[in-house]
Amino acid sequence: MSGRSRFLPYLLLAPSVLFLAALFVVPLVETIAISFSDNGAPTLDHYRRMAGDLNFWPAVKNTFLLVVTVVPLQVAIALGMASMLQKLPRGRDLVLWIWTIPLGVSDLAAGLVWLALLQERGYLNSALAALGLIDGPTQWLTYETPGTLFVGILLAEVWRATAIVFIILVAGLQLIPKEYREAAEIFGASPWTTFRRITLPLLKPSLQTALILRTVLAFEVFAVVYAIAGRNFPVLVGEAYVWQRDNQAYGVAAAYAVLIVVISLAATVVYLRVLRSRTEERS
Amino acid sequence: MKTVRRLVYATGVVALCAWVLVPIYFITLGAFGGRAGVFKWPKGVLPGETFSFAAMDTFLRIEGVAHAAFNSVIAASICMALSIALGAPAGYALARYSFPGQNLYRLLILLTRAFPLAILALPLTVIFIRVGLYDTPVGVALIHTALALPFAALISSSLFMGIPRELEEAAWVFGCSRVQAFRKIVLPLALPGIAATAIFAFVISWNEVFAASILTVRERTLTAYLLTVLSESPLHFRFAGGFLLIVPSIAFIFAVRKYLFAMWGIANR
Repeated sequence: MSGRSRFLPYLLLAPSVLFLAALFVVPLVETIAISFSDNGAPTLDHYRRMAGDLNFWPAVKNTFLLVVTVVPLQVAIALGMASMLQKLPRGRDLVLWIWTIPLGVSDLAAGLVWLALLQERGYLNSALAALGLIDGPTQWLTYETPGTLFVGILLAEVWRATAIVFIILVAGLQLIPKEYREAAEIFGASPWTTFRRITLPLLKPSLQTALILRTVLAFEVFAVVYAIAGRNFPVLVGEAYVWQRDNQAYGVAAAYAVLIVVISLAATVVYLRVLRSRTEERS
Repeated sequence: MKTVRRLVYATGVVALCAWVLVPIYFITLGAFGGRAGVFKWPKGVLPGETFSFAAMDTFLRIEGVAHAAFNSVIAASICMALSIALGAPAGYALARYSFPGQNLYRLLILLTRAFPLAILALPLTVIFIRVGLYDTPVGVALIHTALALPFAALISSSLFMGIPRELEEAAWVFGCSRVQAFRKIVLPLALPGIAATAIFAFVISWNEVFAASILTVRERTLTAYLLTVLSESPLHFRFAGGFLLIVPSIAFIFAVRKYLFAMWGIANR
């Protein structure tokens, strides 16, 4: 290797490293600094204000509730879709395109889509009325109907963000040699056994990626909720937004941001631990 | 028995297609239905007499909508250009060289995934005000590039890995310089994939809501504009806005569909 080409790779990487340092590392450090300081003096006041706020615990509860329902649902549906796609005799490209459309849909747009369906005089109610299940326009998305409001947000989230899990899993399935499944079939394994004993274990790296990505993004849920519920369904990022924009309390907003970062990192560590140890057991 | 199973299976595939498409169809009706369409009860499945382009036209003429869409296009274009300009060289380095620190760089890229990057726009408000980037599409584009760059680097690294090194070496043998060989041999082969990566970066920026809303006041992007006027705008305007957001995304996903799996297949490693 000549002297010049030894430095070339670093030269090629440097711009992106500097950029990420400026727009990822610096903001991260700044966020932490702002959340712990008040006019230069160290303080825990922002965290106290955050935890003492009326919306804080509902926001924590709602966010976690959404994450623990949405993410498993998405993985289950995406697994189903991925295995259906594999058996599809024709029209694969068309089905693939349709199923991945939500990948390009903004979370705000997804919320508005489901608002169109679920609003008082929306299409769902029209269908329910046609079936004779309700008498007239009925409200599902208000403060008084927290149950259906939650289901509405859940539907919108599942509709929008299952595609990314689906794509990661299909990409993972393509890496599994066909021979493994064929061998299992020859030895008389049922489709369910093959799926559980062959496909699922080999899919673990993809599952890990999908779970980390989706969980981190699910903790960031905001625009979908805002479009459907307004402020009737507080979530963590929504509270950060309100503190920053409406109350101009940057310290409290930063405290929320730090909380979200800590939760996201904790989730990532859990996934790395849990899913890795199992693959090692098997191999 | 086999036909029954096949029927159940086909129904499932069709049902899942409907699950994706039907909501988009209905927001389209909502977007073109105007006020009358929103209040019509009960609604039919077909467009009906309330369906008109006038409703959409009115929405597009609202003060701020066109400007916000324009800002979105600017921010997304800058994000696209920056992601490729910064990410593609990094991808090339990862694909062609082995050097100390390579894994550290990959770790940095993967680490970004464990952080809610858009949330980190919060402290940028103060910094951006200081340097004059607050409330500009450029400022928004910068934070969006931080979101898109890790993908651009990973995807382009796999693209370059797919181009045999021998082709490049042959060009050197025939007297091409490194730069010439790259421009004449590697670039043409990598271009379609890089274009797909660029489109992906565009979509990431076009769709992003939180950072864009935090970092703008008057020069809002389309998502930021819709979010801030959401609570005071009538339903049919909200649906029109949602529709406007969705349309380009669908076209983009169609354009990059061949590359989606290549992108995510490698993103696993």
